[in-house]
Amino acid sequence: MRRAVEAVVRKDLRVELRTGEAVPAMLLFSVSTFVLFHFALDRRSVEGDLAAGVLWVTLLFAAVLGITRLFVAEREQGGFDGFLLAPVDRTSLFVAKAAVLFCFLVAVELAAVPAFAILLLEPSPWGAVPELVAVLLLADLGVAVVGTLIGALGIQTRARELIVPILALPLMLPLAIAAARATSPLLLEAGAQALPGRWLVVLGLYDLVFGLLAFAVFDFLLEE
Amino acid sequence: MAGAEAAPAIALQDLGRAYGERVALSGVTLSLARGQTLAVFGANGAGKTTLLRVLATLLRPHAGEVVVLGRRLPREGWAVRGRVGLLAHEPLLYRDLTARENLRFHARLHGVAGGRGEELLEAVGMARRGDEPVRSLSRGMAQRVAICRALLHEPELLLLDEPLANLDPGAAGAVAPLVGRGSGATRVLISHDVEQGLAEADLVLGLRGGRPALLAPAGAVSADDVRGLYR
Repeated sequence: MRRAVEAVVRKDLRVELRTGEAVPAMLLFSVSTFVLFHFALDRRSVEGDLAAGVLWVTLLFAAVLGITRLFVAEREQGGFDGFLLAPVDRTSLFVAKAAVLFCFLVAVELAAVPAFAILLLEPSPWGAVPELVAVLLLADLGVAVVGTLIGALGIQTRARELIVPILALPLMLPLAIAAARATSPLLLEAGAQALPGRWLVVLGLYDLVFGLLAFAVFDFLLEE
Repeated sequence: MAGAEAAPAIALQDLGRAYGERVALSGVTLSLARGQTLAVFGANGAGKTTLLRVLATLLRPHAGEVVVLGRRLPREGWAVRGRVGLLAHEPLLYRDLTARENLRFHARLHGVAGGRGEELLEAVGMARRGDEPVRSLSRGMAQRVAICRALLHEPELLLLDEPLANLDPGAAGAVAPLVGRGSGATRVLISHDVEQGLAEADLVLGLRGGRPALLAPAGAVSADDVRGLYR
């Protein structure tokens, strides 16, 4: 499995570096949304629950853009057939695509989170960076798992641009709640508080449950 | 396992396949010995590509029995993948990668050493253009790279959908030893070139509306018999 996962990850990252079809669009969307929030909320800055909500809603919508693009080359350029003809475990395609989506999310957040801090955030987030990174990584893992599952499902349909958000956003609701609740105390005007451990556990459980589910059903999604 | 090796390369019994209500293949029964070539003829929509995709394990048969390289499909598809080379209508290449990058990707999936891709690019006359993105190659050049992709893992069974399409005479000559009789592989060949298809074949299957309208050894089939399938 490792050989196939490495091959697909390398291929996808190379294509993204060459074409820039997913990450720049996700990043531009995120920054534009922060600017919109800045004006729409008519506030110079946000903190606490509102800041966490704005951050996570924006990142999840940006993720949907990446999910929609995740399997396009496989569908339009025969990548699915090429992969299915190889003597490799089909689940390795799931693992590889989830890893690629995870990389895309991290790349977007490296620029989008500082942009959020500059454009909208009143308290300085720098004191709580390790905790914020932990929440981001756990949530990204969940988005990558669910997103890969939905992306594989959506690509089989004609209306993938509609199907992906319709399926992905409700499925990611628990993740959005847990991520926002975990982030909120880190973004308080009075200063960052301790990371609420139970929301991290919820995020971890979400990742585990959907990871196992995706592992079990992904093979069937590749059937014609 | 010894029994599986001695079995015909392909054994079909009443193979059927539908897309929803539309029957694409029905009642196909044949046996092809190892090392032989089956030429498949038929008008557009006759079921030729569906047959190829079933044999490649990309489509599940809906009726009948399919045994490929001694393994029953779809149950033992895992044992057939990697022993079959498919050259389809589409080249199955990533347009944003170069020819070499595409071949390296498929070589990794098949666990093949990188040198094999280089050898094939050289053989089909594409070594000098190997670092160009596939999107910038002509259809004939992309077809040559697709042939390399299909042959990377030295498959026992070659499934060829018009392998010489888009190739100029020079390129066709270069790929002939790789995908022609000299390849030594068992072949299923879809062709609209009646004379050439017959010359390559040991067994001929003609499809009409998904059903076999002609099935005979190549020596017993005339070009007019085949042309009749297109009327």
